[in-house]
Amino acid sequence: MSATQRTVLITGGVTGIGEATSKALLSKGYRVAATYHSRRAQKELTDFGDSFFEVPCELTDPDSIDAAVTAVEQHFGPVEILISNAGVTDDTLLLRMSEDSWARVIDTNLTGAFRLTKRVMPQMVRARWGRMIYVSSVVAGMGGPGQANYAASKAGLIGFARSVAREVASRNITANIVTPGAVTTALTDLVTEKRMAEMTSAIPMHRVASPSEIAGPIAFLASDEASYVTGAILSVDGGISMGF
Amino acid sequence: MILNWIQNITNKEEVAKMDDAKAFEQFKECAVKVLGVSPEQVTMEANFAEDLDADSLDIVELVMELEDSFAIKVEESELEGVNTVGGAFELVKGKLA
Repeated sequence: MSATQRTVLITGGVTGIGEATSKALLSKGYRVAATYHSRRAQKELTDFGDSFFEVPCELTDPDSIDAAVTAVEQHFGPVEILISNAGVTDDTLLLRMSEDSWARVIDTNLTGAFRLTKRVMPQMVRARWGRMIYVSSVVAGMGGPGQANYAASKAGLIGFARSVAREVASRNITANIVTPGAVTTALTDLVTEKRMAEMTSAIPMHRVASPSEIAGPIAFLASDEASYVTGAILSVDGGISMGF
Repeated sequence: MILNWIQNITNKEEVAKMDDAKAFEQFKECAVKVLGVSPEQVTMEANFAEDLDADSLDIVELVMELEDSFAIKVEESELEGVNTVGGAFELVKGKLA
């Protein structure tokens, strides 16, 4: 099968990094199914017509994940490439962090990835081919003040992805992690100006990334060219995490 | 009357035996498909790891295949201590009644 006809499922695939990734993969000829939470896909994606499919999904609800993946399977066939991208933040210093804030972020970002992976894995195992790509964050390794919940969820993805990588490597299924640094998205719009200035000053490239700069490396991991890359962390962060 | 009764029992036993053989053929098909072994290798005594070169993922895959094929559900805990084809087949058979 031509790589470009493969079916991709990307969570949060209609906004931010997800939207840019959907667009990059659609441009390369992949069939892209994107889950959305509140905002629907814009014209940039819907213009791709039949190659694009969007489906609502609530990552904290296993039934919603099952329904979304089933809809994708009916539309495009089995998911061959999973991009676990959707995530939430609920930043606050640990001294003020509620049990609920912690649980919600872990449930969405980490347990959501577990639920999705478990749902799509049997088909990949049967097909003896698959790609799992987890969008983590530079804070997984560096930590971030006010982000104990988010950083823990994103660091958890690394251990999770590498366990998956070991479990199914023999079936030609890879699992990799991308750790973006600061990116201009709806999530970083929530970061205060002062914090943003602090962040860019520490970045060797002295700027934040555009979503398309993250999409490229994700598309690489989805490609046939990345067939021998598994359990890897691909840092896409302007150099900020060097040495961590 | 008694003769009928005995006849009936014998028939039932034969039917059960035939069902067993049929079910084992179906089991064998699953094992051949998933484990990539030859049908002759799939004997009751065959040990998954030693004789069929199956690792833990192979066994999970086989269980998934058996679940689909026989329309049954096997819990993780039930697999503990199941090392041979015979053991796995007994597990499946127990769910077919």
